[in-house]
Amino acid sequence: MNQPADALFQYLLRLGDDSLILGQRLTEWCGHAPTIEVDLSLSNLALDLIGQATLLLDYAGEVEDKGRDADRLAFHRDAEQFTNCLLVEQPNGDFAQTMARQFFFSCYSELMFAELETSADPRLAEIAAKAVKEVRYHADLAADWVIRLGDGTDESRRRMIEGLDWFWRFVDEMFAMDAAENALVQRGVAVDRAAIREAFDQRIAATLAQAGLEVQASGWPLSGGREGRHGEELSRLLAEMQVLPRAHPEAVW
Amino acid sequence: MAVLGLVPDPEIPAVSVVDLGIVRGLFTGGDGALKVRLTPTYTGCPATQLIERSVREALDAAGFRDVAIETVLAPAWSTDMISEAGREKLRAYGIAPPPRGAASRSLRGGDAVECPRCGSADTREVSRFGSTPCKALWQCNACHEPFDRFKCH
Repeated sequence: MNQPADALFQYLLRLGDDSLILGQRLTEWCGHAPTIEVDLSLSNLALDLIGQATLLLDYAGEVEDKGRDADRLAFHRDAEQFTNCLLVEQPNGDFAQTMARQFFFSCYSELMFAELETSADPRLAEIAAKAVKEVRYHADLAADWVIRLGDGTDESRRRMIEGLDWFWRFVDEMFAMDAAENALVQRGVAVDRAAIREAFDQRIAATLAQAGLEVQASGWPLSGGREGRHGEELSRLLAEMQVLPRAHPEAVW
Repeated sequence: MAVLGLVPDPEIPAVSVVDLGIVRGLFTGGDGALKVRLTPTYTGCPATQLIERSVREALDAAGFRDVAIETVLAPAWSTDMISEAGREKLRAYGIAPPPRGAASRSLRGGDAVECPRCGSADTREVSRFGSTPCKALWQCNACHEPFDRFKCH
């Protein structure tokens, strides 16, 4: 494979894996959310994310040109071949923790896709234009809950703070750049993640101020997801997601 | 197009796929094949495959033997693509249609939402996400009837 195509494949894989893994995580809430409305919301978010993942991974497969489509990439790779960021694979925890994760991810994702709308790669720009509309809703929903829980009862506030506390350490990784992505930025294909960090920080700070909560430093930031170094929780998630297509590789609906 | 005007949306059978604006083009190629362009409302909309099949079946029943269906993403579907007739059908079906041009305004814009049952503008959002990806759940404060509203997008 030539170098630019490989870089684009890796980039699409990162974006697609982020959406796929978070979408799969959210499906775990189906039937377990505190109210029917919240249950529907989380299922809708999962559906949007898996839809985005399908578009991104199908395109990744075409760029790679080895006959792999979105299903093949989703179901027939092992944990160390996934390049999602660590934030999205973290277990759901309680509802506040799930919302903390969604809040950080959707605010980041909205900025990413908004920038990618003008990508020099027309197919990626098209997918981003579609996805940004969906993600905007996700970011609003999550921000609403951060405010409602943070500014709610003593218990909801305590849980929201604990949720945010856990996820701060995974924020920096979403904005980390490497040489391959820098080359794609030079060609106008990818987003300079560092350049959208300020807008992200402002959005987070504004919502937390409304919730009466404090912004924290990342403390001890964790990374490695982009290189395939994941926590054991990802393997459990994949085991559940992949068991059927692995057991019956040629099965169709 | 007349044939497709009779193909109902699987989730909201009151409107056709043409009313919803998801049929983005219909033309005959040089080889005589009929080409249909469809666009999804949401990337993860589970009705997308069913819509494709319904379109194929309807065209087949109408005598079109050589049909190619293509999915396009750009321009991204927006509620502005719902036809005037489609809006009226939605209202009659009990779903508040989005006002025209709402897609380009802010999500939290102050557009009054009218209850499709009694017409009152005294309504509130119950849940931003409803029974399908494209709808939100609302309730009327005047007649207390819950209703679906198309998300402006």
